[in-house]
Amino acid sequence: MTRRYSAFSLLQEGLRGQRGWVSAWRDSIPDGAYEAIVIGGGGHGLATAYYLVKNHGLKKVALLERGWIGGGNTGRNTTIIRSNYFFPETAQFFEFALKLYEGLSHELNYNIMFSQRGMWMLGHDRHGMEMLRRSANAMRLNGIDAELHDGDSVRRQIPGLNDSPRFPILGGLNQPRGGSARHDAVAWGYARAASAMGVDIIQNCQVSGFLIERGRVRGVETNLGTIRSDTVGMAVAGHSSVLAAKAGVALPVTSYALQAFVSEPVKPCLDTVLLSPATGTYLSQSDKGELVIGAGLDLYPSYAQRGNLPWMERAAAGVVELFPAFSRMRFLRQWAGIVDVVHDSTPIIDETSLGGFYINCGWGTGGFKAIPAGGWCLAHLMATGKAHPLASSFTLDRFRTGALIDEASASGIAH
Amino acid sequence: MLLIDCPHCGPRAEVEFRCGGEAHIARPGPHDSVSDAEWTDYLFTRENPKGVHFERWCHTAGCQRWFNVARDTVSHEILAVYPMGASAPEVS
Repeated sequence: MTRRYSAFSLLQEGLRGQRGWVSAWRDSIPDGAYEAIVIGGGGHGLATAYYLVKNHGLKKVALLERGWIGGGNTGRNTTIIRSNYFFPETAQFFEFALKLYEGLSHELNYNIMFSQRGMWMLGHDRHGMEMLRRSANAMRLNGIDAELHDGDSVRRQIPGLNDSPRFPILGGLNQPRGGSARHDAVAWGYARAASAMGVDIIQNCQVSGFLIERGRVRGVETNLGTIRSDTVGMAVAGHSSVLAAKAGVALPVTSYALQAFVSEPVKPCLDTVLLSPATGTYLSQSDKGELVIGAGLDLYPSYAQRGNLPWMERAAAGVVELFPAFSRMRFLRQWAGIVDVVHDSTPIIDETSLGGFYINCGWGTGGFKAIPAGGWCLAHLMATGKAHPLASSFTLDRFRTGALIDEASASGIAH
Repeated sequence: MLLIDCPHCGPRAEVEFRCGGEAHIARPGPHDSVSDAEWTDYLFTRENPKGVHFERWCHTAGCQRWFNVARDTVSHEILAVYPMGASAPEVS
């Protein structure tokens, strides 16, 4: 039984010398057959397993993870949460995710350290400001908080910005409810809550193939043996094409490396999240004091979880351009995650041509912010066989019908 | 960091190049006999292999000419460089 975390339990353990804590979740081994199998122990997979039990009352669910939970993109992103999208379909979906994030620490009884410190996009020229104004209007029409500020107002609220930048700061768009959360805690919190409700979390379990009978999935083959289920969901981000191919499903996905960095830790100096598309800067400060810096995609297909040097230089140059005071700080760590990019930068949450096999992919560079909603909607689809209303446009078929939701250009996703 | 051996200019750093995605995708036709599903495959569906990928590159900051590359998407090792129009080489 998972122990409930509270101020009281903390006090109790303090008095007992911290000897009473137990593992946050059970590490399981496969148990023959399940009502549903979720492949992928990242945020989306763990959330899916959790909501399958919580929202739909499934009793026997397995979550299979090739490595360790939260070790893929969930542990490799820049932890930013926001819902500043353009089209109603995506805006509502990401806003739903943001709202779930707002209550997630209580829901899971696990502190995900969600800090709504605001999310700024800077405008550096007249056209950039027009785009920000357009974004702000779209967000407000979609019922999402958005504030447009002029340059002086930006400088009042974000100290340390370059006094005479090469790209002048004419204004900014702030989403005050945006912010960042502890990425590992999101994975661990969902894992703990799912495990407490009976989900088998099986690590070091790689799916090598699918059991298929008469056009329907009947289970999966793994290095730990055959695991049977008539309902299989997949949330494996950059490896979506590889895994779906084993099920005979081809996807409109290309995998790229997206890299990020942290600096050495320093005292608090940046209390918000900053995105400056013109200088290629995506910057925040973690609770540990590290500057967290996101770069762009290395624009050639890759499954190597490492980024290239040109982007490292470009990201650093962008940071120094905006904040000259950071110029002497050093990189502490650099890494990359493999992201699943589709042409319109809108996710896919849908059934496939293989009956009983459901997919959650196409998040591209922005999957972390969507975790609660991605899990919620995939669980709904797996449990009911019908698309959740929030994800009903996120189909595979849109690439055939042409009903793309082109956030790639609409909200200026930079690739 | 890739060092790409442009067939016309010699080995240059990756920043001089632009990757044009999967190679050897033939446009289906004639256009009035192509189904929506075939257009979808042509436009959007990609092999996206974990391993050897046959892809197009353009030396945008150099000779601006296109050529094909066989590259491993895990190790990033370039296994072959060959001209546009040539069929994919045997690589291992």
